[in-house]
Amino acid sequence: MATLFQGLPSSTAFSSSNKFNHAPAPTSFSGTWNNERKSSIVTVRSDARWSPVLNSATHKPQRLITNAVATKADSSLASTSSKPGHELLLFEALREGLEEEMERDPCVCVMGEDVGHYGGSYKVTKGLATKFGDLRVLDTPIAENSFTGMGIGAAMTGLRPIIEGMNMGFLLLAFNQISNNCGMLHYTSGGQFKIPAVIRGPGGVGRQLGAEHSQRLESYFQSIPGIQMVACSTPYNAKGLMKAAIRSENPVILFEHVLLYNLKDRIPDEEYVLSLEEAEMVRPGEHVTILTYSRMRYHVMQAAKTLVNKGYDPEVIDIRSLKPFDLHTIGKSVKKTHRVLIVEECMRTGGIGASLTAAITENFNDDLDAPIVCLSSQDVPTPYAGTLEEWTVVQPAQIVTAVEQLCQ
Amino acid sequence: MALSRIASSSHASTLLKPLSAALSIRRLISSDSTVPLTIETSLPFISHKCDAPPRAVDTSASELFSFFRDMATMRRMEIAADSLYKAKLIRGFCHLYDGQEAVAIGMEAAITKKDAIITAYRDHCTFIGRGGTLLEVFGELMGRICGGSKGKGGSMHFYRKQTNFFGGHGIVGAQIPLGCGLAFAQRYSKEENVTFTLYGDGAANQGQLFEALNMAALWDLPAILVCENNHYGMGTAEWRAAKNPAYYKRGDYVPGLKVDGMDVLAVKQACKFAKENALKNGPLILEMDTYRYHGHSMSDPGSTYRTRDEISGVRQERDPIERVRKLLLAHDIASEKELKDIEKQVRKDVDDAIAKAKVKNKKYIVQSAIPCDRRTWLTILFFTFIFFSIRK
Repeated sequence: MATLFQGLPSSTAFSSSNKFNHAPAPTSFSGTWNNERKSSIVTVRSDARWSPVLNSATHKPQRLITNAVATKADSSLASTSSKPGHELLLFEALREGLEEEMERDPCVCVMGEDVGHYGGSYKVTKGLATKFGDLRVLDTPIAENSFTGMGIGAAMTGLRPIIEGMNMGFLLLAFNQISNNCGMLHYTSGGQFKIPAVIRGPGGVGRQLGAEHSQRLESYFQSIPGIQMVACSTPYNAKGLMKAAIRSENPVILFEHVLLYNLKDRIPDEEYVLSLEEAEMVRPGEHVTILTYSRMRYHVMQAAKTLVNKGYDPEVIDIRSLKPFDLHTIGKSVKKTHRVLIVEECMRTGGIGASLTAAITENFNDDLDAPIVCLSSQDVPTPYAGTLEEWTVVQPAQIVTAVEQLCQ
Repeated sequence: MALSRIASSSHASTLLKPLSAALSIRRLISSDSTVPLTIETSLPFISHKCDAPPRAVDTSASELFSFFRDMATMRRMEIAADSLYKAKLIRGFCHLYDGQEAVAIGMEAAITKKDAIITAYRDHCTFIGRGGTLLEVFGELMGRICGGSKGKGGSMHFYRKQTNFFGGHGIVGAQIPLGCGLAFAQRYSKEENVTFTLYGDGAANQGQLFEALNMAALWDLPAILVCENNHYGMGTAEWRAAKNPAYYKRGDYVPGLKVDGMDVLAVKQACKFAKENALKNGPLILEMDTYRYHGHSMSDPGSTYRTRDEISGVRQERDPIERVRKLLLAHDIASEKELKDIEKQVRKDVDDAIAKAKVKNKKYIVQSAIPCDRRTWLTILFFTFIFFSIRK
């Protein structure tokens, strides 16, 4: 069974001396991909081979809710404490976290396109240039490869840069710097240099942004040794993860989502920092474990409402930490429910879901009553047309169907 | 321009030379003298959008002497690395710097250890220049824990944090934006230090160089980009890869200087000039006209794209160590015998370092296998033995 499982600090509160073992749990990605699947489950998965039978089954008379971005505060989603705090939008929460860290530590600086005078293309850095100056909130030319490299070079000397990619997809141009320098310099220098940089930006499928601006970079970056990856989904965890990422001595890639920036929620007034390696229990349950992150969390919660009405009790976990996986929380849940459904926005091939499936199979195979089902986006470039775009991403109705099939 | 101050008395010293050698009479200039000498560079500097520095370089006998010793060490180290590679003790990639020593040494003479240097994969000598030891070099090349990066990096990944040497990078041109970042950090913390970012004529065609130049010029970063032009990007001659091989001019709005990279004094002068300039006016480019005797790496013979005559011609006419040797002899700072002794000593140092590095470090093996130190382990074994023998 779980011979390689290393206990990850999940239930302990975040401590500032949280050491990142720079050889993260190899359980996440080693081991072979389990290709044997029961055919009854295969049809549920979102893939390029879309059977007409399935199409008609999901085209139910009721209107399909495809825009699952919460536009009003949904109390069932609130994972914050019940203390009165203040309400804000997710991008404001990111800004708050950023501002607090910049005030706390003069080595923290931001660099990216239009982050300074323009205030950030998603307003995450609005007002910061006026407050901290042009050098600390640096407007770079459109040269991702070199300004990412510049940030990494600055991090080698002890500065803590936050490198913003205006869209995660643009960071493909900086892949060499992120992979070879950001990820590996700590190792190749024999531990001499630390790279306390944060690389952040919005990614994911938006609203008809086109193929090149709808990419899910977490698929590509997950193999880079030496980096940590986290994805935020609520204002609460956005601020907490931003602060944790900045304080971390390791390079962290923080994935935001284009459609989640205007989420409104209540967050505590007092300062808090979240753990970079912990998953979030969104909704405890008994029948099935649904693992998700970022925008898909909301599709899952939408589906959860329907499932509850139908008598199911799903346990929803927002994995948050994409690398390394919080196998402690996930394992506890798997041992309780014995069924796993992964809902992700990555493509079918080589995404976070694929790695997570492998990790769970390797570690908790004996606890599973059914093969893991992974719902992912289709392996296609994201179309521009709205209806086509909807169908490349996992929709709540598909999640409901998958749970029903899984719990048979 | 006048050469050294002792020019007038050189005639006298030539007569005295055999006598002084025989009787070991103190020379006019001893090899540890710090009395300033002024020597002219053999070639003028060629500038682009700036005023060239003067050809007269201030140096001293002891400095010239140290140049000789350090360059001889580097040369010997690289030759030894060649043999080790052929003996399969060094594996993977091995890019040797022999012929280019003047660039590393001249640069160090002009700057402090607070200034940062970052270079590409031809970094063994740069590491030595920044204070690395021969043991660390050979240890790293042979993958031992005593190596500079604990054996985890290899030939292309030498770093030395305490003396601001930032490596050691395998991907061509990727160190240039990093260097820009180092300069950015220097500007951010308002230190009066500069960053020397070295790259080759092959990397000079990388887009990220121009991106970095733009940013450095935009924000007046104290970055000095040094193109070590050894005229061949692996197997491709510069005129076959670059439309404009005048690399010192390619910064366009960034001033540049072309330097004879085989003349250690010229390099020193250029770097000194660059440092002063960068702190005031922002980035500049230095093109070091240099040459490598070996091929691009150990898997490249180095003779398929250039003639052996060319290589031996450069070795005869422009070798940096020979130049310094001639200077030392001409100014009577050292004798032939003394210089030969130094070379012998250097050879010995290198051989000693290799021998030391070759010893398999047993501690590493024990530590990785057993989670406690050897003494504890032996104690446990001992008591286990006692326990089982009592049980019987």
